[in-house]
Amino acid sequence: MIEYVWLIPLLPLIGFVINGILGRRLGKTLVSLIGCGTIGVSFLISVKILFELLSLPAEHRIIERVVFPWIYSGLFKVNVSFLLDPLSCVMILVVSGVGFFIHVYSIGYMGEDKGFARFFSFMNLFVFFMLTLVLSNNFLLLYLGWEGVGLCSYLLIGFWYEKKSASDAAKKAFIVNRIGDFGFALGIMLIFWTFGTLNYSDVFLQAPSILTLGGGLATAITLLLFAGAVGKSAQIPLYVWLPDAMEGPTPVSALIHAATMVTAGVYMVARCHVLFQLAPFTMGLVAVIGAVTALYTASIGMVQNDIKRVLAYSTISQLGYMFLGCGVGAFASGIFHLMTHAFFKALLFLGAGCVMHALSGELNMQKMGELKNKLPVTFWTMFAAVLAISGIPLFSGFFSKDEILWKAFSQGNLILWIIGLVTAGMTAFYMFRLFFLTFFGKSRVDESIKSHIHESPKIMIVPLMVLAVLSVIGGYIGVPKSLGGGNNFESFLSPVFGEKGEIALHPASTEYLLMALSVVVALLGIFFAYRFYIKSPDLPKSLAQRFSFPYKLLLNKYYVDELYFKIVVNPLLKFATFLWQFFDVKVIDGIANGLANTVNWFAGIGRKVQTGYVRNYALGMVFGVLLILAYFILR
Amino acid sequence: MYFIPIFPEIFLFLWAILIFVVDFFLKEDKRKNLGYLSLLGILITIILLFFSAQGEMFGKVYSYDSLSLFFKLVFLLSAFLAISVSIDFVAKFRAFKGEFFGLILFSTVGMMLLSSARELIFLYVSLELVTIPLYVLAAYLKPDKKSAEAGLKYMLLGAISSAILLYGISLIYGITGTTFLLGIKTRLMVDYLQIGPIGPGLFLSFIFFIAGFGFKLALVPFHMWAPDVYEGAPTPITAFLSVGSKAAGLVAFLRVFFESFSVYNPDWVTIVAVLAALSMIIGNIIALPQTNIKRMLAYSSIAQVGYILVGLVALSERGVSSVAFYTLAYLFANLGAFVVAIAFELQTGSSEIKDYSGLSISSPTLSFLMMLFLLSLVGIPPLAGFVGKYYLFAAAIEKHLIWLVVIAVLTSVISLYYYVGVIKEMYFNKKEGGEKIFLPFGIKLALLICIIGVLLVGLFPNPFLNLASQAATVFKY
Repeated sequence: MIEYVWLIPLLPLIGFVINGILGRRLGKTLVSLIGCGTIGVSFLISVKILFELLSLPAEHRIIERVVFPWIYSGLFKVNVSFLLDPLSCVMILVVSGVGFFIHVYSIGYMGEDKGFARFFSFMNLFVFFMLTLVLSNNFLLLYLGWEGVGLCSYLLIGFWYEKKSASDAAKKAFIVNRIGDFGFALGIMLIFWTFGTLNYSDVFLQAPSILTLGGGLATAITLLLFAGAVGKSAQIPLYVWLPDAMEGPTPVSALIHAATMVTAGVYMVARCHVLFQLAPFTMGLVAVIGAVTALYTASIGMVQNDIKRVLAYSTISQLGYMFLGCGVGAFASGIFHLMTHAFFKALLFLGAGCVMHALSGELNMQKMGELKNKLPVTFWTMFAAVLAISGIPLFSGFFSKDEILWKAFSQGNLILWIIGLVTAGMTAFYMFRLFFLTFFGKSRVDESIKSHIHESPKIMIVPLMVLAVLSVIGGYIGVPKSLGGGNNFESFLSPVFGEKGEIALHPASTEYLLMALSVVVALLGIFFAYRFYIKSPDLPKSLAQRFSFPYKLLLNKYYVDELYFKIVVNPLLKFATFLWQFFDVKVIDGIANGLANTVNWFAGIGRKVQTGYVRNYALGMVFGVLLILAYFILR
Repeated sequence: MYFIPIFPEIFLFLWAILIFVVDFFLKEDKRKNLGYLSLLGILITIILLFFSAQGEMFGKVYSYDSLSLFFKLVFLLSAFLAISVSIDFVAKFRAFKGEFFGLILFSTVGMMLLSSARELIFLYVSLELVTIPLYVLAAYLKPDKKSAEAGLKYMLLGAISSAILLYGISLIYGITGTTFLLGIKTRLMVDYLQIGPIGPGLFLSFIFFIAGFGFKLALVPFHMWAPDVYEGAPTPITAFLSVGSKAAGLVAFLRVFFESFSVYNPDWVTIVAVLAALSMIIGNIIALPQTNIKRMLAYSSIAQVGYILVGLVALSERGVSSVAFYTLAYLFANLGAFVVAIAFELQTGSSEIKDYSGLSISSPTLSFLMMLFLLSLVGIPPLAGFVGKYYLFAAAIEKHLIWLVVIAVLTSVISLYYYVGVIKEMYFNKKEGGEKIFLPFGIKLALLICIIGVLLVGLFPNPFLNLASQAATVFKY
């Protein structure tokens, strides 16, 4: 099956083409069959490939396949070719697997939408680009996938483009990403300029000899690449687009803005770990930005009332964790958290989608409550996800998050570790806040909706259950050695990231202590959430009144959007107006119109030569001959 | 089994006579079928091309090689398209339907012979066989004054150009004592080694050749007949003139100058480069104010010849192959645009650009195809014209003809204006209530071939490039 790795991205592309062109005529059944079927088959192939990889000895698990030559221009040679190694294998499994279940869910969720076929074709296109991104063996194809998923994200955020807020959010996402992608493109160019090639294997092989450890060039390249990651994975300062992106349909949020696309930045940093490890400064920055983002957005998430926005801030925060892991050199842990996060965050979004479905699209958690018995499946599955993300032992998030915290601590980054720990507490708090507000307490649902609250249809429920199972058990492939596991995940990825012997700086008892500590912090968060939102529901209000300044600050997301408007958008607009009214209208148009008028003037003269008289034409020919002759004589 | 090299020409010639004969025995309303019969003949001829042996005949007077194969395909294709769009056009005539097709076939035979000619008398006679039927065809709409005028103008000026060409041939014969292309080459080489630089007699004959072929190509300053004739002639004939007849001039030019005059390359190539530049500039600029689509396309075709010659003056194998390749790209795009114009004229009786307004509403497919053809003529990727221009310019740049390429690119920009002007008329000047253009079978077929050609040559140029570079191997550089 490894030979057929190109089928994995190709199938969704075929789905896109069919649904995109014929979608309106096919009918919903066929559209959903094609939309889900193509990805389902991709998923099956990925699973088969995983087993084939596992059957190979570890050192042979890196395979490159050229599909076709793409661009050959002088020294610049790029193939469309795929790299199959444990890292990309994990990614294709996550993308096609989670993607498949979200597609299935969408059949129910989007069932009544008039853009049904359009939705599925865009989703398929997204999966195609995402799979291309993770399978590429060179930076250019990576970039193609990178921009492709950005495009699909834009199209899907603005899926309900009649809504102004949706189309605005789409534009915001696209433009903010442009900033990061500009850096990313420059980084790729710098790589080509430095190495003369864009193939991962060539670049990484030559990197240690061409770049010096901590040298300017290595730092420049990695900083530029990281700029792309900051945009795509919504880190400080470019995170502002992701909360707004929740304007898109919920399956889009689950697939693109939680499970897959936003993790592309983490994937890219992990993929280029050879380069990043040569640039300690960038590594430090990655870790710091990750940690700060995690803390900062978790704090915003604690007071938001829009269920999807809470999840959005949570996603940014968790991405921060992943970057923290990468920044301290624990790439495998970062990817591990990426995977478990994909499970439980997709589940949380889909669950939120079910809640919205039941409440006729209500997003405000203050208008929910007491849904526990009415939506039992949603309740239980989301419970699993909430436990997982909060880092409760035995659930997947516990293993992956703890792994990152442990790595940060054992690298000696005490401050980063403390930030991570505090964030863990906040995470538990806001997740349980969401959970309690939604499912417990007195019902605050509008009377008009109350009567027809219903559980979602099977086609939406089953994906929830599957993801719930994954959220619970997904962590067991990476149980650390200290807990009696073999950390299989890390050793599976070791052909990519290299074998790293555990640094035995700290005894195992320290690790146990840290684990216990983070569990306590998580439980503390849960306790506060319980106290505030179940025990005495009036408490938050009085607290908000007493601490009105910090509360307002958090509620308004630190006024960052307003700040960006003041210092970036408005000056730009003013400058643009100046360019338009003076430079464009007067100077550019003046030159262009002047040129056009001159050409037209010549044309008018040339036209007059064409008299229509044969004698003039004959004369013209003779004249031509004579002129050439004159040239010969005079030269 | 292989036929003798000249067999396809013989076959098509006989087929043309057959058309004339069958014409007598058909009832008036059945004569439309003569068109289909002609198409069949062309198809068989195309097949025969591949079943005829390549080689020389009549003592090196005639030679069937990869260059002539390429151009014969071009001629047959353009004749095929011209006839298939004529079928419904001709149905409007009261008489002489059969001759119309027969004459096109005769002219095509002439072109085919011309592409194989390696002796000047044979070349001249073939050229006349190309042109004389075209004089008749240009004047075919006898009651229409413009058509009659077009035919007459074409004939008068054609006669002058023939005279000039003949004068050139006689000069060459006087200087070298032979009319065989290879013989001329050997003689000129000897002369060059003995005498040195070019003499006035030889130079004069170069000019005459350039003028004679330039007339066929509608190269500035021998272009002035083109707009009037293109406008007046029946539109299918205009289409045929703009591609088939031009390609015929081109292949004759290649044969004579690359085979015989290659010793004195530096002397004639500058002239041709300057004329190419002039063609691009004058053709494109005067096309701007045109209001009639046929006249606009006439000027555009003058400019297009300029582009083709950019590749020619590179004097390299790659240059000639790019010339051949672009001819093919030009064939599909230019004929495509003409086919749309014919379909439009057939129904509305107009070929004014302003009458195209709102066409995108009444006939969206037709407008879209027209847009693709025009954009291909500009050279917008991924259409055929883009790849073609790319190879032309690349060949010229390889030989450091930067100034010429700069002119070519700048004038391409100018050309965008008038090509897009038609698109603007169709798409942006909304006029509701226009009638849908009905497409008869012949026109549909032609449109299909052209659009497939434009896309195929643009997206998968390799097989066509191979064919073209094979054609270019005929000459030594």
